Amino acid sequence: MAFEVVTSGRAERQRVAPVRNVIRAGLQIALAGVFVAVVGILGMFNNRPIIVGELTLGYATLGLLFLTTGILVATQRLYASAAHTLIAGLVAGTIASATFALLPVAMSLINLRSVFVALDAPLYKMLTFGLSPPVGIAVFVGLGPVLGFLGALLIELPRLYRRPLAGGLIAVGLAGLFQELLRPILYNSSVTKPVHDLLYGWYGLILQGAIIIFVVTAAGVVIWDRYHDGMTSRYGNLALDTQKRIRWSLILAAAVLGLLFPIYAGNFIGQVLLTVGLFTLMGMGLNLEVGIAGLLDLGFVAFYATGAYATGLLMADSPYALAHLSFWQAMPIAVLCSVILGIIFGIPVLKVRGDYLAVATLGLGEIVRVIVLSDAAAPLLGGAHGVLQIPRPYLGTIELNNPVALFYLTLVASAVAAYAAWRLEESRLGRAWKAIRDDEDVAQALGINLIRVKLLAYGLGAAFAGLAGSIFATMLGSIFPHSFQLIISINILALIIVGGMGSLVGVALGAVVLIGLPEMLREFGEFRYLFYGLAIVAVMRIKPEGLWPSAAKRRELRIDAEIEAVQHGETLAAEQAAAVPEGKA
Amino acid sequence: MKSEAATATGTADLRSKLHGFTYVDAVLWLLRMALLAVVVLGTIGTLNKGTYSASQWFDFFTFGLTIGGVYALIALGYTLVYGILRLINFAHGDITMTGAFSAFFLARSFDRSGFLDEYPVTAMLGIIGLSMAVCTATALIVERICYRPFRHVASLAPLICAIGASFVIQHTFRGMYGNSVRSYPDPEWMKGTIQFGDFSVAMAQIIVFGTAAAAMVFLYLIVQKTRMGTAMRAVSEDRDAAALMGIDANKVIIFTFILGACMAGIGGVLYCFVYKQIYFYTGFLPGIKAFSAAVLGGIGNIPGAMVGGLFLGVIESIGPPLFLDGIGIPAPYQLRDLIAFTMLVMVLVFRPQGLFGEALAKKRA
Repeated sequence: MAFEVVTSGRAERQRVAPVRNVIRAGLQIALAGVFVAVVGILGMFNNRPIIVGELTLGYATLGLLFLTTGILVATQRLYASAAHTLIAGLVAGTIASATFALLPVAMSLINLRSVFVALDAPLYKMLTFGLSPPVGIAVFVGLGPVLGFLGALLIELPRLYRRPLAGGLIAVGLAGLFQELLRPILYNSSVTKPVHDLLYGWYGLILQGAIIIFVVTAAGVVIWDRYHDGMTSRYGNLALDTQKRIRWSLILAAAVLGLLFPIYAGNFIGQVLLTVGLFTLMGMGLNLEVGIAGLLDLGFVAFYATGAYATGLLMADSPYALAHLSFWQAMPIAVLCSVILGIIFGIPVLKVRGDYLAVATLGLGEIVRVIVLSDAAAPLLGGAHGVLQIPRPYLGTIELNNPVALFYLTLVASAVAAYAAWRLEESRLGRAWKAIRDDEDVAQALGINLIRVKLLAYGLGAAFAGLAGSIFATMLGSIFPHSFQLIISINILALIIVGGMGSLVGVALGAVVLIGLPEMLREFGEFRYLFYGLAIVAVMRIKPEGLWPSAAKRRELRIDAEIEAVQHGETLAAEQAAAVPEGKA
Repeated sequence: MKSEAATATGTADLRSKLHGFTYVDAVLWLLRMALLAVVVLGTIGTLNKGTYSASQWFDFFTFGLTIGGVYALIALGYTLVYGILRLINFAHGDITMTGAFSAFFLARSFDRSGFLDEYPVTAMLGIIGLSMAVCTATALIVERICYRPFRHVASLAPLICAIGASFVIQHTFRGMYGNSVRSYPDPEWMKGTIQFGDFSVAMAQIIVFGTAAAAMVFLYLIVQKTRMGTAMRAVSEDRDAAALMGIDANKVIIFTFILGACMAGIGGVLYCFVYKQIYFYTGFLPGIKAFSAAVLGGIGNIPGAMVGGLFLGVIESIGPPLFLDGIGIPAPYQLRDLIAFTMLVMVLVFRPQGLFGEALAKKRA
């Protein structure tokens, strides 16, 4: 079976009639708006200020939706003149807001709350701006055309104005959203504390701060646009050696800053980074199986659980403990246990392929979970109550007891694992994996021992998960079967798909986007799985190669694009050739 | 001479078979033996112990049949779609949940107003109708967004997309209807039991099984007797040839999704009337079990899905007390899901074409 995730599915832009385009954009945005409102995202976002007292995330989302209507319409470039485009944006915005306004109208007439829990009084108050129903709804409807117009205007503006404007708005939004990340960093140092006080008040970003950030960023973008070209050309004129030195010193500086960052940022960020690190570790393992060997494994969490339970049972101060080893003794054993389980898992499903493999591994993962949860295995594994009191690792005499220290442990583990994964991918074994991914039958015909290669994929993939599980067990200090649900497997799958199958940087990037961001934005936390699902579908539809495609995939894409360009050129030439004789006649 | 040649080829066959016999096959044989041993030893142990009476066994059996009918209904959705598109509709379990969860609100209001007790048939038709409508809508949206763009692509992309869709569906409904577990109404006419001599059958089970059976007969008639059903069978046989005969494959695919979703709509409501509760994650278990049932019966095979569902329901209900109790496992009932999952893995590993041997499974894999 050809494991071609990256094939069609790239959303192709069709040309549609201008009027239909306007109506469609308006209705799509209205539908999206109703969806976020009914699901409860809008109401929850409204509790989060971006600029204290001025703008909440909820209103920002609402505004962004209507702004998007104008942008959607304008970027299609279907209209004869700028004025037409602006009018189209205005009309699309009106359609969007008027359709969306049916929701608050319905909410004022009937009580929808008994069925739809999110459609409560605060949301109604938000949608009507706290005004009396007719006035509020009129304001709501009026918001659409204004923002739709502005959105279209933003696209129509010359680059000189558009880039600073957009940059400033985005910077303000980020400064408001990521204040938990930014504020401790600014606050903890006496040098940057005045900056903090200038921008942020007790509750968050203040208006004065927002204006400063907007102006500074906009000015920065203007300056960048002005001098960027000159700088690149001057950089290009430097000797190749100097270029290389500059590039490496920049990378080194970034790495040092990145390494020191968690110490500086405190335990909250440390915890987030730790989780991201653990998922990156598991992602690299699953990446070996799915991304490189093409074996879609939905039971991956079982290996993670094995690593955690083995560590727990070997270290814990509890009645279930088998031994009282130190972390450094227990971890290798835990990893070994995971490898063994990986191979045991792999043997029965060796001949199962494709979709069936996904479901079979899902079944195996669930079998492990059901057994661990049951009373039958409780005397060994603690059943639903789990294994408690697992000690922390010691480095010499230092107890690694806070998230930042554990993060560094994970970082070292990830670095080692990444190196291993990178070398594996380039090895003979890695090439064999890629061969069975692309065509199992051909690979076998070429003399690749399918059994050995596949079992190694399961075993080595499981090793990464076992390592992550081992750290996880000492991080929490206790383990429960409920921590190891199918959802973890799908999380990991989601992050390697979003990051880019088969690409190590992609795995880390996927973990940051899918695990780190929701941790950082508390509000997203509750809906993170909704975002995961949307991200998976969107990536498969729009950018199947992921955010950071592997080098091989990039080459393929570039070649595809070249072929397409050549073909396009040929058709153009053919059309011209066909048009010439007609013109003569 | 002839017989000598025959024995020669026979030994050669045997030798070549033994030559291909690896440690993997040995492990697989061990696995089979171990499972067989558990089943046989467990059965002997339980029957020796005599923990359960005949009427209890009968109860297990009827309950299994009831829940098996529900699995069969949901399994039909997997099998129909697989038959046409050769893909696993991973989100089908969650599609089932959407209908049953939406119908819960109608059932609750019917129950509160007393309509459910007064006009049971009308009320049930209304509840099931709403459930079918919601399931159909969700299934068509999923088809449009996740499957149609990948229709001509043989890859894992639609499966991964469907996994994403399953998440979106679950958490959209969690956001819409809340994350609390809701309890389905329990009308008076569903309580009671009916006596057959020594054995008694719960009224609810008769109703659920009867509805499921009626729905399956109805589906079978549609597939076998109507024009659209004939077109469906033609497309599942060979899509290109069917298209040459003037069948609009697109229409047939949509019709298939509608049919599967309607069965899921009925199955979901019945499942909730058996277990009396629903929340946003309810769809996962019946979904995966129904998929096992579909594979068990040979995926793509409609009667196979029905029989597979009933078989799985009965095994799942009788299995824990019969096989696991006998070998002394405490609280065997907790391992009920284990039986379904083990069965799923075993069928996929040892007999991917299912019990009824349609070789369809090979086409895609």
